[in-house]
Amino acid sequence: MLQGWVIASISFAYLGVLFAIAYFGDKRADAGRSIIANPTIYALSLAVYCTTWTFYGSVGRAASTGIGFLPIYLGPTLMAGLWWFVMLKIIRISKANRITSIADFVSSRYGKSQLLGGLVTIIAVVGIIPYISLQLKAISNSFTILLHYPEIVMPARAEALPLLQDSALYIALILAAFTILFGTRHLDATERHEGMVAAIAFESIVKLIAFIAVGAFVTFGIYNGFGDIFDRAEAVPKLEALMTVPDTGASYGSWWSLTFLSMLSIMFLPRQFQISVVENVNERHLTRAIWLFPLYLLLINIFVLPIAVGGLLHFPDGSVDADTFVLTLPMAERQEALALLVYIGGLSAGTGMVIVETIALSTMVCNDLVMPVLLRWKALRLQEEHDLSGLLLSIRRWAIAVILLLGYVYFRAAGEAYALVGIGLISFAAVAQFAPAIIGGIYWKGGTRRGAMAGLTAGFAVWTYTLLLPSFAKSGWLSLDFISEGLFGIGLLKPQQLFGLSGLGEIPHSLFWSMLANIGCYVAFSLHRRPDVVEASQGTLFVDAFRNTESAAGSRFWRGSAQVHDLLPLIGRFLGPERARDAFLAYARRRGLASIDALEANADLVHFAETLLAGAIGGASARVMVASVVKEEPLGIDEVMNILDEASQVRAYSKQLEQKSRELEAATAGLRAANERLKELDRMKDDFMSTVTHELRTPLTSIRAFSEILFEDPKTDLTDRRKFLAIIVKETERLTRLINQVLDMAKIESGNAEWHTADVGLREIIEESIAATSSLFADKQVALDMALAGEVPMVRADRDRLIQVMLNLLSNAVKFCKEGAGRVTVRLGVDGSTVRVDVADNGPGISEADQHTIFEKFRQVGDTMTAKPQGTGLGLPISRQIIEHFGGRLWVKSGTGQGATFSFSLPMNREANEHHEERKAK
Amino acid sequence: MMKRSIVTGQRLVAAFLLGCVLFNYPLIALFNKPGEVFGIPLLYFYLFGAWALLIGLMVWAIERRKE
Repeated sequence: MLQGWVIASISFAYLGVLFAIAYFGDKRADAGRSIIANPTIYALSLAVYCTTWTFYGSVGRAASTGIGFLPIYLGPTLMAGLWWFVMLKIIRISKANRITSIADFVSSRYGKSQLLGGLVTIIAVVGIIPYISLQLKAISNSFTILLHYPEIVMPARAEALPLLQDSALYIALILAAFTILFGTRHLDATERHEGMVAAIAFESIVKLIAFIAVGAFVTFGIYNGFGDIFDRAEAVPKLEALMTVPDTGASYGSWWSLTFLSMLSIMFLPRQFQISVVENVNERHLTRAIWLFPLYLLLINIFVLPIAVGGLLHFPDGSVDADTFVLTLPMAERQEALALLVYIGGLSAGTGMVIVETIALSTMVCNDLVMPVLLRWKALRLQEEHDLSGLLLSIRRWAIAVILLLGYVYFRAAGEAYALVGIGLISFAAVAQFAPAIIGGIYWKGGTRRGAMAGLTAGFAVWTYTLLLPSFAKSGWLSLDFISEGLFGIGLLKPQQLFGLSGLGEIPHSLFWSMLANIGCYVAFSLHRRPDVVEASQGTLFVDAFRNTESAAGSRFWRGSAQVHDLLPLIGRFLGPERARDAFLAYARRRGLASIDALEANADLVHFAETLLAGAIGGASARVMVASVVKEEPLGIDEVMNILDEASQVRAYSKQLEQKSRELEAATAGLRAANERLKELDRMKDDFMSTVTHELRTPLTSIRAFSEILFEDPKTDLTDRRKFLAIIVKETERLTRLINQVLDMAKIESGNAEWHTADVGLREIIEESIAATSSLFADKQVALDMALAGEVPMVRADRDRLIQVMLNLLSNAVKFCKEGAGRVTVRLGVDGSTVRVDVADNGPGISEADQHTIFEKFRQVGDTMTAKPQGTGLGLPISRQIIEHFGGRLWVKSGTGQGATFSFSLPMNREANEHHEERKAK
Repeated sequence: MMKRSIVTGQRLVAAFLLGCVLFNYPLIALFNKPGEVFGIPLLYFYLFGAWALLIGLMVWAIERRKE
């Protein structure tokens, strides 16, 4: 036996934990370290969608309609796919305009109409109150049932209990106190409640765990898994029918309309709007919610059918209400702890919904119903009050208390008339009426206030007539004749078979007629008249929300004069003077101004003030209040249209301009690079010319000098004459060689050189080159060592060119060796996939710094001014060009005093080598 | 960035359209008959399978974006 006080204290302990989380969340938010700035928390808080209606009611619905409970969760899953566009747009619009409720959204879109905001608020309150009473009923029922543990007693009709003994009343009062503590601790200009969101996310985890625990217990504890439960169900014809839906058009129609209805609800239930839009910290969080939230729904639904079937099998006589199976099954099995967990899970589902829903409704009631009336009520002299923020808070607190008490009253009055799921769907159908005005409002500029008013009124009227009044009739408040005979006995007006439409369930029936009336009136009245100034400007702001990212977009439509010392006290009256001053100061700082006094009261500032105020009292009232302190010059509709056209043209032009300037920049960069390259080439050409002429002049000078001696002095003796002529011949040869090499270089560089490419064996080339230079070696008495690998693969190259390279390297080596003590080593070998040749000498070596320059044209190491140049300075550059032409590499390794090793490597020619191998094998 | 986000949006809308077909007449009528898969009623199995598939596609569309 569980004592009442045990259950009560556990409930309070749970609420205490919630409050601690919320308190912690608020503290962290104040410190700027938000705990809810996390996509997972955001997705979990969205699961406030799952109320006691899911927790207890899904099983009840599954027990009567089988798999028919699922569309309510499939719809949100589908809708999540559209969130990327639709929800993102709503969030962005709401943030830009400081929209704090669904009523505010609708009224802001359609010209900041107070009337429209009030209408939306009334529809929401009327539609949601039964839903709140449903939560009270579920919590109070579960409490009563648990109190009788281990006996299973269905709660008696609530009316039977005297008022003061009714647990539901206390639950309502406690929840009201709790919500007031949560939601109205202070007035926030953005209406965000970080602590509450953290608590809601926690509740989502609790209810999921509780439901999965009981599902697993029923499926695997009482029965032997899914297969066992469904096998047993098949044996009972009544249960077998639950596994399919009736194969009729109406049942498929009903299936689809429930899916559609839940798609709209997930967007437009006030609590969903509050959590997903108003409490959204960062729009990026939406991305994870798109899949995580549907996953949550999937998980919480897996065990619904097994629990329903298990309950029906367990209590075959129908003595136990299917809505309570989640709780009564563990109780029947004497699982005290599990039953308590389930109770807590149900409590978390109920409290979560009640807290968020009443906060959302209280914001609407305060901003869109009470404040507009109070502000118009001249006798109250509110215009003269200096600080209204306290008044705003107390209005919200009273609104919360009144809404919850209304929920309780409905609960007392409606009693047991309806199953849980029935009430939930009626609420869904009510909020679905917001869909045309909102979806139309963010995608269609032509929607007008009159259209939205007409659509909402018509849809709400049809909903009242086809769903709400019949539910009253079923509760006994109206005569049942109203349902069976129609209004005034007119058959065509039967509320659940309107105009003779029969065969649909009550929800699809009502959804069809109300949507027809709603959308029809919205479109027809919108098209009837052109939007006026404010409607057109707001319409553009909303529809083009993705384009108007700058917050100043709204100020385009305002012209007039204002004073900072009028605006600041106005905002201060609603937000509190200090917070208003802080906000203005922050705004001034963003503009680079030092103080509020420096602010200019231009259109931007007026817009800023109005948006700030909208966060506290709603867009429509903010409009009225701001208009009361500034002098406004009305804009004509044509002017607004011009501004809109201009703006869009300017946008298009500036886009084109940006594009053009980007192209221009790219072209300029390209030109600059090309110019640099040309300059570089020009400089290189000049260098080259001056070097070549210098190099040509040296031999020419000596040829000329000796020629002149021979010419002017005919008496020169023969030996001198021979000597001079030998020098002239040698210098001429050098000149020829130089010119040949310059031509050679030019050919190679310009790509006009002729290459006779063939398979070449490097060994032969080396041997041939050595033979050709042997006289050089002999003259200078330089020793030559050879270390040639026996068999090296062939390379693909020009034989004569390679000999040219080898000759160059060998003659260089000899040139730099000391006469008599020189030693040159030639090595040939395979290095990876290349064939490599080294020519090493023991000359003076080349310093690190010079190793790079020797491969530049006409650069010779050593002082060219004093020492006689030993070559043309073109040999190495040409050699390198040749080797690189065949895909190889030529480099030097040396250090001062350590000799120098010139190496080159060429890639092997695999194909030729294979041939070579084959031939050898034969 | 912008282009990629539009691609992701289109993938999600495609998932939405696929879901509309999967969860609707006539496809559900195909599975709306007595019978079992792994001991689980056919329609129940189909709906949860399609649901999981849809969530999988959404995960793919969203999380791939970060690459």
